[in-house]
Amino acid sequence: MLRYTLRRLLQLVGVVLVLSMLIFGWLRALPGGPVSALLGERGTEEARRELTAQLGLDQPIFVQYGKFLGRALSGDFGASTGVQPGDSAIEIFLQRFPATVELSVVAIVLAVLFGIPLGYLAARRRGGWLDNLGVVGSLVGVAVPVFFLAFLLKYLFAVQLGWLPASGRQTGGLDATRVTGFFVLDGLLTREWDAAADALAHLVLPAMALATIPFAVIFRITRAAVLDVLDEDYVRTAESKGLTTSVIRRRHVLRNAMLPVVTTIGLQTGALLAGAVLTEKVFAFPGLGEALALGFERRDYPVLQLMIIMAAMVYVLVNLVVDLSYAVIDPRVRTR
Amino acid sequence: MALLDVSDLSVVFQRRGEPPFTAVDGVSFSVEPGQTVGLVGESGCGKSVTSLAIMGLLPRRGAVVTGSVRFEGAELLSLSARQMRDRRGRDLGMVFQDPLSSLNPVIAIGLQVTEVLERHRGMPRRQAMVEAADLLDKVGIPDPRRRLDEYPHQLSGGMRQRALIAMALACRPRLLIADEPTTALDVTIQAQILALLAELVRDTGTALIMITHDLGVVAGLCDEVNVLYGGRVVERARRHELFRRPRHPYTHGLLASIPRLDAPRGERLVPIRGSVADNIPWDHGCAFAPRCPNALGTCVEVTPQMDEEDGRLLRCHNPVQENQEVPA
Ligand SMILES: Nc1ncnc2c1ncn2[C@@H]1O[C@H](COP(=O)(O)OP(=O)(O)OP(=O)(O)O)[C@@H](O)[C@H]1O
Ligand SMILES: [Mg+2]
Repeated sequence: MLRYTLRRLLQLVGVVLVLSMLIFGWLRALPGGPVSALLGERGTEEARRELTAQLGLDQPIFVQYGKFLGRALSGDFGASTGVQPGDSAIEIFLQRFPATVELSVVAIVLAVLFGIPLGYLAARRRGGWLDNLGVVGSLVGVAVPVFFLAFLLKYLFAVQLGWLPASGRQTGGLDATRVTGFFVLDGLLTREWDAAADALAHLVLPAMALATIPFAVIFRITRAAVLDVLDEDYVRTAESKGLTTSVIRRRHVLRNAMLPVVTTIGLQTGALLAGAVLTEKVFAFPGLGEALALGFERRDYPVLQLMIIMAAMVYVLVNLVVDLSYAVIDPRVRTR
Repeated sequence: MALLDVSDLSVVFQRRGEPPFTAVDGVSFSVEPGQTVGLVGESGCGKSVTSLAIMGLLPRRGAVVTGSVRFEGAELLSLSARQMRDRRGRDLGMVFQDPLSSLNPVIAIGLQVTEVLERHRGMPRRQAMVEAADLLDKVGIPDPRRRLDEYPHQLSGGMRQRALIAMALACRPRLLIADEPTTALDVTIQAQILALLAELVRDTGTALIMITHDLGVVAGLCDEVNVLYGGRVVERARRHELFRRPRHPYTHGLLASIPRLDAPRGERLVPIRGSVADNIPWDHGCAFAPRCPNALGTCVEVTPQMDEEDGRLLRCHNPVQENQEVPA
């Protein structure tokens, strides 16, 4: 298991290296660039040339990449040119990372907390109203674009009803102590309950928007997996032993049905950043997604490079965790 | 009093958009304490459905069960789902056909045995583990303590079936139903499992319903045999009589189609012609008539009734006569 983990981590190095090359080349192949973004169309030829040289963009691309790689290995990913000009890319990342993690965790927890039990119930009462509602609802959930749903939620619950804040991570002017950068956690740690509640309130709507697709997918996979497992011979064996329904449910049905669900949760977690870009934009939520969107608008190479590499690393790590938890659930994987 | 008394048991499957299908059609038989009774017949004749109906394991929706199943005098069909749950695994145990798919792949063998003990005998986990090792030992699994922590995929096919037998017998039920317990196993293993079952039911005084399509299995095991065709019992006799003198042409055909050690050399195996697809409905005559070498005109006009003769039951208008050579 340890060797397996180490091998996977080594693979991660390879993945990151290849990806960094691709993203490096791809960004520079895009029309426009930081120079036009910074100076606009009105910049003089002179000023453009000067800035290009200053950013090192006049050198051949592999020289640029070599320098980038050298610095990156020592932890320097360059300074932001557009998102927060002057700040280092790492700094921006560290600032925003907790926001997106907080949002993603709440979203995935919501999706799992509702998706698994509802999927299970729908399967148990197959063809019942909950099942039909769930199947249609989850289809809609996958089909509706995230940003549309985000706008809808914001308009309804924030603008019209005023129940929840419409944007940001925290009410302006609130004086909260920072410890970890995870606002809810900070509020709890410092016992500033109002700050924790305020941060949580800011999370509700974006997390709901972000959770829709993972919820819908987890619901459907759980339902299908439970239906499959209910038909299995070993469930009939368990019944023939007269076990109580709760033991059969927990030990024999859910445990086996969780195998495909765990994979799905992993894939959905990995894909959250894509949804976060749109959700964070709608709710002006200062996370990685927002920085990524802004970075593209302003062609902020250093910030984009770092974010995308980090996103890929998170994705690979999440999948590693999935594979490891698979081994925990399924002895056939463990003892091979 | 009989241990189990099945009388006029019928199971009708109702699927939306399909005509109702009668899988078991007025089956009656009984099992005395400690007795071994065979249910024999071709695929699809309703053996499994009969056993599932006795165990209360048929789907609650879509399967209509009528008739009566009395266990020690108590009607099982009128028990609530919860009451039936209390009896399964304690009074009645069951072993299924495919040992691999019948075991939960992600749960250690030990827990799959102890969970029955915990449920019905209220044993704490520790004590149940000791008992489970003992049970595995009794069914002939070597090194049982180590096996407790292993998973189904780590056991051989024969050992898996032994483990399932241990689970079914863990609470010393008075009745064990074995539904083709050897069909999925190698021939050599089959004999071992049958010997084990015979030994266990003899030692513990458990009654056994042995379900099989193979009369050879029945030969070494059963006191009494019920031959099923198309959801009905067509012949019932004590084992020796059935083998010595099969009366129903279907039974005769089944016997002629299995290899026998005591058969005269050169005798050919004769399969029963046709298939269940040729059946006619029971209310139009005898379901077996289209395949029957002995069929008469009445066989496709009058439904044969169950008649008793010389201590056996027979449902046939024109039974096989002694020394009759039945043409294939
Ligand atoms: N849940 C069900 N719904 C509808 N029909 C069913 C169901 N279960 C069994 N049947 C039908 O009932 C008939 C009897 O099936 P059963 O499983 O009892 O046969 P069997 O004698 O055990 O045969 P085999 O030797 O193949 O196990 C078959 O025609 C089968 O298709
Ligand atoms: Mg069967």
